[in-house]
Amino acid sequence: MSKFKKKKGGELPAISTASLPDIVFMLLFFFMVATVMRDSTLMVANTLPAADQVQKLDKKDRVMYIYAGKPSDRYQDKFGTQPKIQLNDKFATVADVGAFILAERASKRQELQNVLTTALKVDGETNMGLITDIKQELRKVNALKINYTTRNGDYMQNLK
Amino acid sequence: MAKRSAPEVNAGSMADIAFLLLIFFLVTTTIETDSGLNRKLPPMEDVVDPPIIKERNIFTVVVNKNNDLLVEEKPLEISELREAAVAFLDNGGGKGEDACNYCQGPRDKDSSDNPDKAVISLKNDRETDYKVYIAVQNELVAAYNVLRNREFARLNPNLGLSFVDADRRYSDPRTSTSEKEALKPKLAEVKVLFPQKLSEAEPSKTN
Repeated sequence: MSKFKKKKGGELPAISTASLPDIVFMLLFFFMVATVMRDSTLMVANTLPAADQVQKLDKKDRVMYIYAGKPSDRYQDKFGTQPKIQLNDKFATVADVGAFILAERASKRQELQNVLTTALKVDGETNMGLITDIKQELRKVNALKINYTTRNGDYMQNLK
Repeated sequence: MAKRSAPEVNAGSMADIAFLLLIFFLVTTTIETDSGLNRKLPPMEDVVDPPIIKERNIFTVVVNKNNDLLVEEKPLEISELREAAVAFLDNGGGKGEDACNYCQGPRDKDSSDNPDKAVISLKNDRETDYKVYIAVQNELVAAYNVLRNREFARLNPNLGLSFVDADRRYSDPRTSTSEKEALKPKLAEVKVLFPQKLSEAEPSKTN
């Protein structure tokens, strides 16, 4: 009779969770690889104008960013409300653009140095004078490929 | 009666669920890429002897400090700019070796000879708003794209792609090399028919 007696403590053995760390690590690595850190905090207003005939700006390693626009609220009492240029983490003047481009170019790999694009992330409310000055500086250092970064949308939004 | 302990939940499938989630995110995540209008600036060196371009081959667009548009000396709304630019580029008024056999325009002798000769000159004031400037640039690029799409569809009727789509596929890193090789000559052919000649003049100091 004792043959059919239920075994004592007949619950299922606990599942090994030894592989759980591997899964977590995998997720971790995925997000580490896929996440792009925003390397400069914006200190200017940056509402990009809308355009619909856009081309994508792939390959982040060949892009140099120049921001421009009115200083954000918390910088306004120090820097005023006139549109300013931001390079990396600092406000800059037009004269600094050339040096910035040369420094950025020197920091890139040799084979990329001739294919760099300068992305102009400029607030829609800025006057063209500042942008023209930036373009002149870019021409001086022979950084001729530029991209007016925009957001996707109908151009009529710009005219309001 | 002995107190029954709650059965432990089987967690063996947890890994599968995690993998499913992982694969789902892998497939759906698109890393945000910027997009915008690509332009090429003219080199700095002074041209000693600038080429003489006939007045009828230049399409002048001026944006003043009040964001108003002056096209070919006449005020125009931005919504009409695309059409005007298409009409100018596609005019094909040239004769002899300047003739344009694929143009469908009215062949007006006061407008451009052929798309290769036609130049759009964009001039802005220092006080023009950047967003209006971008809107104008956008419309001029759109005019080129309209014509390039038309020629692309005419030359490759069976491809089922427009020029813009084909160009996007060409610059997409996920497209296979063989497809890129196939697209490259087709894109280049259309770019020769309608070269993008958009000159950004230096702004007027006084206005």
